Amino acid sequence: MAKTLFDKIWDKHVVQQIEGGPSVLYIDKHFIHEVTSPQAFAGIEKRGLKVFRPQQVVATADHNVPTLNQHLPIKDELSRIQVQQLIENCKKHDIELYGLGHPFQGIVHVIGPELGITQPGMTIVCGDSHTSTHGAFGAIAFGIGTSEVEMVFASQCLLQSRPKVMRINIEGELQAGVVSKDIILYIISKITASGATGYFVEYAGSAIRNLSMEARMTICNMSIEMGARGGMIAPDETTFEYMKGRLFAPAGEQWEKKVAQWKGLYTDADAVFDSEIHIEAKDIQPMITYGTNPGLGIPVNGKVPAVESIKDEGEKKNIEKALAYMGLEAGKTLLGMPVQHVFIGSCTNSRIEDLRQVASLIKGRKKNEQVQVMIVPGSQQVAKQVQAEGLDKIFREAGFEIRQPGCSACLGMNEDKIPAGEYCISTSNRNFEGRQGAGARTLLASPLTAAAAAVTGVVTDVRELLN
Amino acid sequence: MKPLQKIQSRFVPLPMENVDTDQIIPARFLKATTRDGFGKNLFRDWRYTDNDESKPKADFVLNQPQYSGEILVAGKNFGCGSSREHAAWAILDHGFRAVVSSFFADIFKNNALNNGVLPVTVSDSFLAEIFAQGNESTLSIDLAAQTITIDANGHAEKFEINHYKKTCLLNGYDDIDYLISQKEKIEAFESKMAV
Ligand code: SF4
Repeated sequence: MAKTLFDKIWDKHVVQQIEGGPSVLYIDKHFIHEVTSPQAFAGIEKRGLKVFRPQQVVATADHNVPTLNQHLPIKDELSRIQVQQLIENCKKHDIELYGLGHPFQGIVHVIGPELGITQPGMTIVCGDSHTSTHGAFGAIAFGIGTSEVEMVFASQCLLQSRPKVMRINIEGELQAGVVSKDIILYIISKITASGATGYFVEYAGSAIRNLSMEARMTICNMSIEMGARGGMIAPDETTFEYMKGRLFAPAGEQWEKKVAQWKGLYTDADAVFDSEIHIEAKDIQPMITYGTNPGLGIPVNGKVPAVESIKDEGEKKNIEKALAYMGLEAGKTLLGMPVQHVFIGSCTNSRIEDLRQVASLIKGRKKNEQVQVMIVPGSQQVAKQVQAEGLDKIFREAGFEIRQPGCSACLGMNEDKIPAGEYCISTSNRNFEGRQGAGARTLLASPLTAAAAAVTGVVTDVRELLN
Repeated sequence: MKPLQKIQSRFVPLPMENVDTDQIIPARFLKATTRDGFGKNLFRDWRYTDNDESKPKADFVLNQPQYSGEILVAGKNFGCGSSREHAAWAILDHGFRAVVSSFFADIFKNNALNNGVLPVTVSDSFLAEIFAQGNESTLSIDLAAQTITIDANGHAEKFEINHYKKTCLLNGYDDIDYLISQKEKIEAFESKMAV
């Protein structure tokens, strides 16, 4: 029978199918971090168990770490305890930890791919919803809760019901100034923040095939923001090219053997999806969000919707509430509106390609005086590459503040927060109330659009700065 | 996990849509290393002015003593956003055993079930009918029969729940107990994969 990419990987990992219930799904790789693992370690210990397959678990400290002076003891007591506990738990259970000070440390969804740990055909989980990022390699990757982290510790398996499958096809060429972040913000604005709930999404079509691995990761990363369990893209030459020679990628004969297997990971021509969506790449403009969920996005040169035009009462109330929180007016454009902060970072857009894009736009320019710009590379390796390519000089000359790797202002757990009432153009993935600090107002956009605002101090159509 | 069979209780109405887990429990409260005590920070930023417990916001439902009970009733797409299980812990710790909505985000639903909190999905019209009830009104949820009833008028609706999860909840078992019992099969699977 014809199978989708998802079916091929899922079916291979089912240990057992429970009658009228979920499947026991085998997990190849399990990433953990300091915030969602302590209760899971405590849980298995209470049951008198050890981690079942520690060599399939990789740990890093990212969510809660400071992004300045990482060599010093962490000041915030609770953060310090969490990070310390991760160190102890990993030691006790023989788990590899790329913690603070390690050359591989970084945001969990940045380091997995860059180290070659993330591979096509795998099942991958992590106690973090943006685990969907790893799907860019043609893997089934999804976020789990702490009880599920405990399940994987105990058995290297999860009980999972098979999700429905959706395919989103994007065909044609992107306009200049439009990048993968715009594609995913566009999709979510079309199908809403809950439009893919219950589905696993495969992204396909010529516009996807033409994207780099970094760009594909940005798209898969935000699958969760439309409610999907995960997103994935069939592996191809771009995937293999990216992976070849990475530290934990297969090498030599093994490499050839694996690539031959991976080439079978695609959706069969006559496979059927539960839902299918078609998008023309040329319709996509640089995007920005105006509301408090990632589905509330518009083209940067568009207008915030007029509330009267919304028929659904619930939806109307939502938007009114969102606009009140954001201090924005219905029916108006955002272009020219001053912003006080620009945040370039997070597992969505902190890879080397993102930072190269930013650097190419701001080279020879200075940031606007009214704006604070924070740029946070996704990992130590990205930070090293930034230096090797001299991008740090460009950033510094433009007046950007470069921080050390971590989740930083993406979720406002450490001290990197946006003050109440102020606007931040952010390359991260969530614009929820208070996400970047209590009262903070987040506008999600691409690295290019963020960089443009850094230069002008206002919401800007990046195409005006491209020559 | 505590078994759950029937609940009859008043309910706390939260007629808002897309309530995300960042609102249920803001990130700054995720620093604990145990599962307890999250209830006092449930909906923290909606509940208090300036994050100060001595300044409760009078218009937020958790600060209105006329509303109480073991059931939280919320607008559609409840629990979207971050996968933090702390959201389910906070709801349970506050004393809720069930959440009623017309739509739940996936990860939240799983997290709730894994912690003995029952997510009850009802139709939009039934949800509107619940919201229209007064604060004295009670709801009855019968897990075995998969029904939810508005006691005042006897209107009832059936709800869906995965058979396996239902059995777990009725008996207070969790998935880990089950998975550990499957170790031999898992090991056999691993050796098969290795060749
Ligand atoms: S960068 Fe943000 S979204 Fe990504 S893992 Fe960290 S906190 Fe989560």
